[in-house]
Amino acid sequence: MDFFSSLRELHTGLTRRETTASELLDWSLQRIAAVDDRVRAFLHVSAPRGDSDRRMGADIAADRMLAGIPYALKDNMCTRGIETTCASHILKGYIPPYSATVVERLDDAGAALVGKLNMDEFAMGSSTENSGFFPTRNPWDLERVPGGSSGGAAAAVASGMVPFALGSDTGGSIRQPAAFCGVVGLKPSYGLVSRFGLVAFASSLDQIGPLTHTVEDAAIVLQAIAGKDGRDSTSAHIQTPDYRAALTGDIRGLRIGIAEEYFGPSVDAGVRGTVMKAVALLEQLGAVVSPISLPHTEYALSAYYLIAPAEASSNLARYDGVRYGFRAVDAENLMDMYEKTRSAGFGPEVKRRILIGTYALSAGYYDEYYKRAQQVRTLIRQDFERAFADVDVIVSPTAPTTAFRLGEKVLDPLTMYLSDICTVPVNLAGLPAISVPCGLIEGLPVGLQMIGRMFDEETLLRAAHAYEQAAGMAPLRPELAMEVKA
Amino acid sequence: MAVLETVIGLEVHVELGTRTKIFCSCATEFGAPPNSHVCPVCLGSPGALPVLNEQALALGVRAALALNCRVPAESKFDRKNYFYPDSPKAYQISQYDEPIGQHGFVEIVVGGEKKRIGVTRVHLEEDAGKLNHSPYGDVSLVDLNRVGIPLIEIVSEPDIRSAEEARLYLEEIRSIMQYCLVSECRMEEGSLRCDANISLRPMGQREFGTKTEIKNMNSFRNVQRGLEYEQERQAAMLARGESVAQQTLRWDEATGATLLMRSKEDAHDYRYFPDPDLPRILLSAAYIEARRGEIPELPARKRERFEREYGLPAYDAGVLTASRELAEYFDQTAQRVRDPKSASNWIMGELLANLKAAALLIDEIQVTPLALADLIGLIEDGTISAKIAKTLLKDMLDTGKDAKTLIAEQGLVQISDEGELRAVAERVLAANRKSVDDYRAGKEKALGSLVGQMMKETKGKANPQIVNRVLLELISGRE
Repeated sequence: MDFFSSLRELHTGLTRRETTASELLDWSLQRIAAVDDRVRAFLHVSAPRGDSDRRMGADIAADRMLAGIPYALKDNMCTRGIETTCASHILKGYIPPYSATVVERLDDAGAALVGKLNMDEFAMGSSTENSGFFPTRNPWDLERVPGGSSGGAAAAVASGMVPFALGSDTGGSIRQPAAFCGVVGLKPSYGLVSRFGLVAFASSLDQIGPLTHTVEDAAIVLQAIAGKDGRDSTSAHIQTPDYRAALTGDIRGLRIGIAEEYFGPSVDAGVRGTVMKAVALLEQLGAVVSPISLPHTEYALSAYYLIAPAEASSNLARYDGVRYGFRAVDAENLMDMYEKTRSAGFGPEVKRRILIGTYALSAGYYDEYYKRAQQVRTLIRQDFERAFADVDVIVSPTAPTTAFRLGEKVLDPLTMYLSDICTVPVNLAGLPAISVPCGLIEGLPVGLQMIGRMFDEETLLRAAHAYEQAAGMAPLRPELAMEVKA
Repeated sequence: MAVLETVIGLEVHVELGTRTKIFCSCATEFGAPPNSHVCPVCLGSPGALPVLNEQALALGVRAALALNCRVPAESKFDRKNYFYPDSPKAYQISQYDEPIGQHGFVEIVVGGEKKRIGVTRVHLEEDAGKLNHSPYGDVSLVDLNRVGIPLIEIVSEPDIRSAEEARLYLEEIRSIMQYCLVSECRMEEGSLRCDANISLRPMGQREFGTKTEIKNMNSFRNVQRGLEYEQERQAAMLARGESVAQQTLRWDEATGATLLMRSKEDAHDYRYFPDPDLPRILLSAAYIEARRGEIPELPARKRERFEREYGLPAYDAGVLTASRELAEYFDQTAQRVRDPKSASNWIMGELLANLKAAALLIDEIQVTPLALADLIGLIEDGTISAKIAKTLLKDMLDTGKDAKTLIAEQGLVQISDEGELRAVAERVLAANRKSVDDYRAGKEKALGSLVGQMMKETKGKANPQIVNRVLLELISGRE
């Protein structure tokens, strides 16, 4: 066992009493202490209170895969009694009175929360440079970004600080950082995992999912967090299957679609080559690969950058300084208080999106922007429906490039938005997708994205798992991981 | 100057009588300590999500149907965005372009004539909080107990032509909502609220004049007063050749005037868009029919039936149908008496007077319709006099005993035996010679005094008709 052990290995160690829950927790805390001053994945480390060993040790059992396992959360998921900021000054000091459903479910599963992870402010960004507090660095190259917005989650798992983390994905925010950091990132189907307690960015797109070392780990965590929640009206009435049982390793006859639209000019040649090598491996495993077309892909980014900001402009309106979080002190009246609070509390990217979204919903512009974008969204959904009539899984790069340098794109939002080009259509359609590591280019990980049918996580995980096993590269270990021994 | 026509449309908010709020399970109880009925959902805490209260939907649909609206199979919730401390999410969940009720109407009776007022739409939404401007200094206190109380907004067509019609329409809405058990509609508690749009135009002109919106008319009387004031204000402006500015005004009860709240330039852009947290509302035909089945006979139909079936005057029918409980009380009483008009008289007269004096509601009293019908029956068959009956009714209300029991206890059976009364009359006449002489001298009033003496002698039990006849016979026989 080490920092890169899979959940199954850790679980086995616990059930065989080779280790204990508190030992795993100490490992995690020591690891954070050793490397996080360089990676800066955590906003807040909060070891479980009380005698965790007795509490957690008691419920370690063969069928409780997550009992005694440390984990961390992107800081946009509410934790009762623990500060939750969305990496924004406007929520600095905000302590939620309740926990998100996913947190309750992981509590019930016996997992131990060790802290809250950095992110782009309110999940708006693709590099974690938009954190209101500090950027997180890529464990593979500390001069590069970990991706975003779940950059803290990807970096924490990639550098072995926690065996798994939860992120959220609105336009690629789990998958793209997973790709950049060489870990597995799963965005479940919209509605599979409750959003109750996830601080909303764009409600119709947001979905919580795991970042892990292996596909099997993703299946284990998904098992714990998926399923109907009466507190989220958009959560689906789905009887969750046994996801691990789907990991048969056998993908003979699986029909895989390759959409040319996902291999456009913005996709780096090295990334394309690496992904095509992965496709060849899938073919060797017995999958049937065929070209498909998703003709409306080129409009996805435009539609996304209207719908997501429109919803965000409304979702973020509640941060007004009246009830919680930051309030400007020198206001002369109510309007002045609103303006000063929001001007000082939000960072530039959040303000940009609030402005775009407010504009898109304004009288006289609604039809031209928001409504039009929703129509495009329908077309994109239909593209996928047509494609899935012929194939079972669609494969593409997760991101067009490997991790870029800090500061490289932060001043050029449009270029930054382009790094979401392969992931955004999936959110618009509500589909499940996973990013699995498929190689390194100049020492930087490349992610392979697989997209599945709505609520068919089983097929998706089976394909990703079969690839991962055949490719034999999970988990990837950055050099940083080698410096400190457990 | 042409004769002006008044055009009024009302926006009525009705709180639905659910136990819990529309998107969370906080209590809807009125008058609780500030911020005691709140939770992460209604407080708009980050990450909290709304879940529709099924009962609120059911009451909303029932209300829409009772207002003769079409209820579409699909509707949806939208967000109405605005910044104000009474709105913790900075948006109100409401319905914009696909409300649950569409194209209905309400019938009112104006000057004896029936009139239909169109209902444009009925939509579901959540209430906002309350701001209390503190007397202790330069602060405002926010009470969020009311946030998330389920409301329907009922928007009328501009079919209302006078302040009186507006009041009648509002009263009819209240009555319908109470009949359907949708809401208690207590204006003083804010569970019925009314904003009005009013404009004037030359009679015969099709285009509307410029309207003003009046808020804060918090009683039926104030609705009528506010609109009458505004109608006169606008008429005076037009008479002076000025034009009316499109404004939102506040009715100030104390000064009896409307005051400027905001002008058109300050109008909000609410940036409505579909709420992504709530799925579309899908209603099956069976669901809608089930809600229709919950609607009782409504006041307009009841009024007609009372007039037709019981031969009541329109006035009586109107008074007796003002509340569902009163109408049912009358209905059950009337079915058990020979003359329904006497039931109407007793209920509208003595019974309501007693209730008012005791500050009781009709469903809080111990006298059942059956007991009242029995009492009326005893008058009808001559067992007791109306005068005794009035006393008895009071006793019945106080004790809960029925009339027959009280009559037996108090020995109150009416004396209709002519021989017995003749004997009493002879004693009375002998003792009151002067009255007899006065009567003979043409002072008709003197007879009344003799009747009074008879009643005194019989402790009020004498049958008044027989007393009259016997007295007259004896007086004329003594000549």
